[in-house]
Amino acid sequence: MSLVTDPSRREFLKTGAAVGGGLILGVVLPDALLRPAGAQAMTSMPNAWVKIGSDNSITIISARSEMGQGVYTAMPTLVAEELEVDLKKIKVEIAPAGEPYINTMLGGQITGGSTSVAEGYDKLRIAGAQARTMLVEAAAQKWGVDASACRAQDGMVQGPGGKTATYGELAEAAAKLPVPKDVKLKDHKDSRYVGKPINRLDTPGKIDGTAEFGIDVKLPGMLYASLAQCPVIGGKPASFDAAKAKAMPGVKHVVQITDGVAVVADSWWRAKTARDALAITWDEGPGKALNSAGISAALKAAAAKPGAVFKKQGDVESGLAGAAKKLQAEYELPFLAHAAMEPMNFTADVRQDSCLAYGPTQFQQLAAGVAAQASGLKPEQVTVRTTFLGGGFGRRIDADFVAQAVEISKAVGAPVKLLWTREDDMTHDFYRPVSYHQLWGGLDAQGRPVALKFHLTSPSVTSRLFPPFIKDGVDPLMTEAAVVPYDIPHQFADVVIHDTGMRVGYLRSVSHALNSFAYESFMDELAAAAGKDPYQFRLALLDKQPRLKHVLELAAEKSGWGTPPPAGRFRGIGLMEGYGTSMAQVAEVSVTGPKVRVHRVVVAADLGKMVNPNIVRQQLESSIIFGLGAVLYGEITLKDGRVQQSNFHDYPVVRMPESPKIEMYIVDSNEKPAGIGEPGTALVGPTVANAVFAATGKRLRKLPLRLA
Amino acid sequence: MISLNINGKARSVDAEPDTPLLWVLRDTLGMTGTKFGCGAALCGACTVHVEGKPIRSCSTPVSLVVGKKITTIEAVSATPAGQKVQAAWAALDVPQCGYCQSGQIMSAAALLAEKPNPTDADIDDAMAGNICRCGTYPRIRAAIHAAAGRKGE
Repeated sequence: MSLVTDPSRREFLKTGAAVGGGLILGVVLPDALLRPAGAQAMTSMPNAWVKIGSDNSITIISARSEMGQGVYTAMPTLVAEELEVDLKKIKVEIAPAGEPYINTMLGGQITGGSTSVAEGYDKLRIAGAQARTMLVEAAAQKWGVDASACRAQDGMVQGPGGKTATYGELAEAAAKLPVPKDVKLKDHKDSRYVGKPINRLDTPGKIDGTAEFGIDVKLPGMLYASLAQCPVIGGKPASFDAAKAKAMPGVKHVVQITDGVAVVADSWWRAKTARDALAITWDEGPGKALNSAGISAALKAAAAKPGAVFKKQGDVESGLAGAAKKLQAEYELPFLAHAAMEPMNFTADVRQDSCLAYGPTQFQQLAAGVAAQASGLKPEQVTVRTTFLGGGFGRRIDADFVAQAVEISKAVGAPVKLLWTREDDMTHDFYRPVSYHQLWGGLDAQGRPVALKFHLTSPSVTSRLFPPFIKDGVDPLMTEAAVVPYDIPHQFADVVIHDTGMRVGYLRSVSHALNSFAYESFMDELAAAAGKDPYQFRLALLDKQPRLKHVLELAAEKSGWGTPPPAGRFRGIGLMEGYGTSMAQVAEVSVTGPKVRVHRVVVAADLGKMVNPNIVRQQLESSIIFGLGAVLYGEITLKDGRVQQSNFHDYPVVRMPESPKIEMYIVDSNEKPAGIGEPGTALVGPTVANAVFAATGKRLRKLPLRLA
Repeated sequence: MISLNINGKARSVDAEPDTPLLWVLRDTLGMTGTKFGCGAALCGACTVHVEGKPIRSCSTPVSLVVGKKITTIEAVSATPAGQKVQAAWAALDVPQCGYCQSGQIMSAAALLAEKPNPTDADIDDAMAGNICRCGTYPRIRAAIHAAAGRKGE
């Protein structure tokens, strides 16, 4: 399903244009959602980011959803720094769907792509400075003095002769002033918050159980829904018998919707229990023919097609032909589930002339568009409210569960909270795509690489969500980290988009994880073929890349590369550029029988300016541990169209005992911030695989790593 | 009606006896601090204390806890170990998405109540049943050591 390609929706959807220098994605935007709801009524809102109450309460809007990555703190920090307010005294709200909140690097109001801080860094500081300037000007006008004689501090403006006024007293007048064009931002040395390791603003509610996640939403008169979906994704109910379910305690309704049959009851457990009692005959559709072995074979067959070229330098074929030593290898990665801790859910309240869609989403405009479509209402009649997200990892960019909640609420005429089971969540994901990578490399007589060719075959998520952004057969979200800018004279990379028939979605670090695993494993293979140390082999290719060279040297030095590791342990190294961040990792592993244990990961990163070093460190740890799950365990398989994994017993993730010691070295920098939530997730893959090679001499070219 | 003792208060609820305690807490009593993650005692997000011991409320029929002392995240601050754990969690800024943290805190508080000075191996054992997809494990480990009044290894 794609909103863009569905002609029936075009009348109220428009393609968003992006400004700024980032990746531009066309996104469907309901026109009426381009204005924040009720903004005109808020006279105490000097701009889209700041609300000031007459009681001096200051609310800062975060346009990004909080899914663990810290934007609930980092976004307001940028505004508060320039607004001159005490960060501890502000309130934070997640923005409604609206034009000011569009992520200019992604073209829509999306939380993803490790873009939040990079995109908001200038914009939010400028917004804070503009609001402050307007408040100061309002005070100056009130006192009949020049604005240069006034200054802002801690939510007050101070003027000549000891005059003071609070922001609350000035807000209404300030909001009527023109927005200043040129505002001066603080020097780094004058920062009160930016660059400081301050604690997160959302921590208190997350340790006493009061933080509101989607699953916690309560509306007056709300009912609870559990939805039976076809075990084969894409299948629909052919017929069903609800007699038994309807007779069970607390059951209010049984309704068929597009994706299945929903039981609506006075508690979720009663709804779920009655759902299990439904007798449904499914029309399974074409998906029932899908099997993992067939998908893998078709992927490899598709790889024989010529690809769309995204990197060409020199003449790779003549480079390979003239090489003293040639190498070829194939790598293959499986489908992955997101497995966020909070199973998919959403709450909807559809009335005659309004629709509230309330819950955890990474993409407010898609949620709004889907809710309008599912309710049959006009976009301006839809309101989206965003809760905390119990993990997102890209799964909550999609809005299938929003449409379901809205359809159910409309059918029963009451507010409804739809909650999936873990099994629903595992078996009805938009999975990280499978991928197949073929690499060819050539070494000269001195063992230096002269040619490298990279051929990728994989499904495209973008072709479903943002098709206009595939250009000449290249999906820019499939080719990330497919090349590390090593100094290799002849290089070539191309991509074949292959639809397996299984639905796919973006997952934390997106294609970086696929490509980096293949590319950096292969670099290790080349180093081994050259008889060289894998660190020295890479280092010799980085004279033109000072940032990458520096992080590689830093990781090597701090990990003790070149010195003997503890007995029984072996080291692997990896290097990547992603989300604007340069990163190197060294992993220390031991291998016992078929079991790989990762003891220690040393990571060196240059991500430009850190807005909050505390959160950066959290994200580095998080990204590595999350990625390690995919390296050691993650695999979704299909049999007769059914996902065979259902819960954490057969889809294991990293737990406390397997969590390695992580040592972080971050380059001090005042350059523009880059993304840090995702690169570590990708790079841990080849780094650990390279350490396993060091330990065993076995080159594992598939994930998850399996020695047996 | 089923009578329960939750956080020191007597509560009467209308529920089938095989209803998991989790859903009585969340939907019947509106105590939503305890989370649903897997429904099969595999992830620990629903951990509460029964007579001070950590149990998975998603897989515990409410009939089994009648007459027993149930403590949830909403009241764990009233226990000495719970208070220490929450203070350490705040100081070390443990949570990220935060969804699993109620369960993590309940497991950690039960550990500290039983072993005031746990080793890393004790922490591995006690916390292995609590999944965190954000990977807050290094900070959880450090926070448990901090709550026990010593620096981590």
